[in-house]
Amino acid sequence: MEKGFTPVGLRVLVVDDDPTWLKILEKMLKKCSYEVTTCGLAREALRLLRERKDGYDIVISDVNMPDMDGFKLLEHVGLELDLPVIMMSVDGETSRVMKGVQHGACDYLLKPIRMKELKIIWQHVLRKKLQEVKDIEGSCCYEGGADWIIRNDEAHFLGGGEDVSFGKRRKDFDFEKKLLQDESDPSSSKKARVVWSFELHQKFVNAVNQIGCDHKAGPKKILDLMNVPWLTRENVASHLQKYRLYLSRLEKGKELKCYSGGAKNIDSPPKDADLNSGHQSPGKSSYAFSVGSSLLHKATETDPKPLASASVSDPNSDVHMPPKAKKTRIGFDPPLSSTAFDSLLPWNDVPDPLESKPPILYENNFLQPSQSSYVSNSAPSLMEEEMKLSYETPAGGTCVNADEFLKSPTVTLQDLDLSAPSAISCMKLQEFSSNVTNSTESILRSLSWEFPESHHSGSLDTDLDFSWLQGEHFLANTGLQNFQFQDYSSSTSLLSELPPHLWFGNERLPDPDEYSLLVDQGLFIS
Amino acid sequence: MDALVAQLQMQFRDYTISLYQQGFLDDQFTELKKLQDDGSPDFVAEVLSLFFEDCVKLIGNMARALDQTGTVDFSQVGASVHQLKGSSSSVGAKRVKGLCVTFKEYCEAKNYEGCVRCLQQVDIEYKALKTKLQDMFNLEKQIIQAGGRVPQVDIN
Repeated sequence: MEKGFTPVGLRVLVVDDDPTWLKILEKMLKKCSYEVTTCGLAREALRLLRERKDGYDIVISDVNMPDMDGFKLLEHVGLELDLPVIMMSVDGETSRVMKGVQHGACDYLLKPIRMKELKIIWQHVLRKKLQEVKDIEGSCCYEGGADWIIRNDEAHFLGGGEDVSFGKRRKDFDFEKKLLQDESDPSSSKKARVVWSFELHQKFVNAVNQIGCDHKAGPKKILDLMNVPWLTRENVASHLQKYRLYLSRLEKGKELKCYSGGAKNIDSPPKDADLNSGHQSPGKSSYAFSVGSSLLHKATETDPKPLASASVSDPNSDVHMPPKAKKTRIGFDPPLSSTAFDSLLPWNDVPDPLESKPPILYENNFLQPSQSSYVSNSAPSLMEEEMKLSYETPAGGTCVNADEFLKSPTVTLQDLDLSAPSAISCMKLQEFSSNVTNSTESILRSLSWEFPESHHSGSLDTDLDFSWLQGEHFLANTGLQNFQFQDYSSSTSLLSELPPHLWFGNERLPDPDEYSLLVDQGLFIS
Repeated sequence: MDALVAQLQMQFRDYTISLYQQGFLDDQFTELKKLQDDGSPDFVAEVLSLFFEDCVKLIGNMARALDQTGTVDFSQVGASVHQLKGSSSSVGAKRVKGLCVTFKEYCEAKNYEGCVRCLQQVDIEYKALKTKLQDMFNLEKQIIQAGGRVPQVDIN
């Protein structure tokens, strides 16, 4: 087995509405030997991603974009395409970073971004792939399937059970080849991504309901009940996993709503982890599982051992329940605003209809009481439990017993993972900002230089027009010549009187609603 | 010829250092220069062009937003300020970026006079930076024309 991956050729999609940053990032990423695609609009990025599923390995996106909230893009990408997404911003406020993590970002970088930060982004891709393998591996466990061990930088698959198709995506990418060399499965084939349409999900939910909470609702049974010929057990298994995360996230949301005094009557089986067609949704797929997993995952938190041990020890476990992707672990214990959750249900492109709905409404939409509940009556009321949520992943995972699964949400969120570079630079930036502010004040006070009138001898409007570089005067020995190329006299008057007609129409006005939404939904965890 | 080159190089060095010392530029600018290579010899100039274009556009947006007869939408102003902050951080335009921080605070406080003042200052600052950089590039050009190489300036 080869040692040492090369991240060379990692296919990166960069999304940023700032043309300056886009250009710089492109250059930087190319210097890292990555294959870079740039994009100035979120919608365009989504289009590119959907057009070539499996065409990219990782997405880096700015948080603030005019056409779509970066967090939304993050959700879409995470759910539809399951790609790692890195967020970036010049704003390092904790609440924003938190929001990024909650929406499923695998990292949050602060601008200005340094080369060293980009050089290591491949680790997120690697991590995710390992996770996927583990997911699939976990789902094979139920049938006494394979188990595998990760040693250092190797992924080594040992033989085992049936249905060991690890869903390799065959790409000409050194990195992935090395990682996913599957020695034990000669028949591994390309796994098509299953898009869980509304209808498909309904079938799934109905199947789960049918099985009920008393029996083990395993992927195999669900698959049988669903009667969808092209669907595989793995597909169902991973969907089931996501679904559970989603449900427990809902539970947490409800619980927290109660605690935060937000009120509602979540009496009837509160955790009506509801599986049914109560899901409104204009028929799209996915859920914000990434959120659930980021908040609730604890798999590796308390189980520092290599993933192998977890999967090996319980051959009976049906679905292994690790998180979808590793997120920066954060330690916090306070009630989160439920609106955070509300906004996280992305029914694809449709602007999240829930975002503007009050929590109560959201609640009713999704959690209808007294459906044949996945959570048996024996499930203790979550309201009575402690607020901490934990993800019980005993080695080997639980068997698919929903009530158990949903029962005791105690996320043991551990310490802030300060090894994440973004966290550190975030703090540094805070310092920097305050320093700069102070010096700015003094600069402004002492501002006393001359500001000459401009001569208009070139236009700055042409793309990459370097005329601004060429002065009419060259520097003599020491004298500084000040000159300008654009007629700013108009702007001077503008600034004093602010007549609008003088300004060109190329504006890019962010949607005020969107912007305030960003602000409103920023969570601040103290 | 060599004497001239040496003199120009020294001027260039001194001038560049002064820009950092006076707070016009920060280390992001240094990073930017590092990205320039034989494959893209005009990289820094290109990026700066984009930046200055952005300045013009964003300042225009801010001015327009502040000029609403009636209620000013401060969040709109703030959004443009945020963008400018991001943009300025990309080239190491330290003073502009610092101003944006202040400007943003005024936006959040919905302080109209404060915002207008910041707008004026931002306008002044980016133009001043542009001027300084033009001078710097001209020095580089002179050095090259005199047959010399542009020295790497070490900012400690």
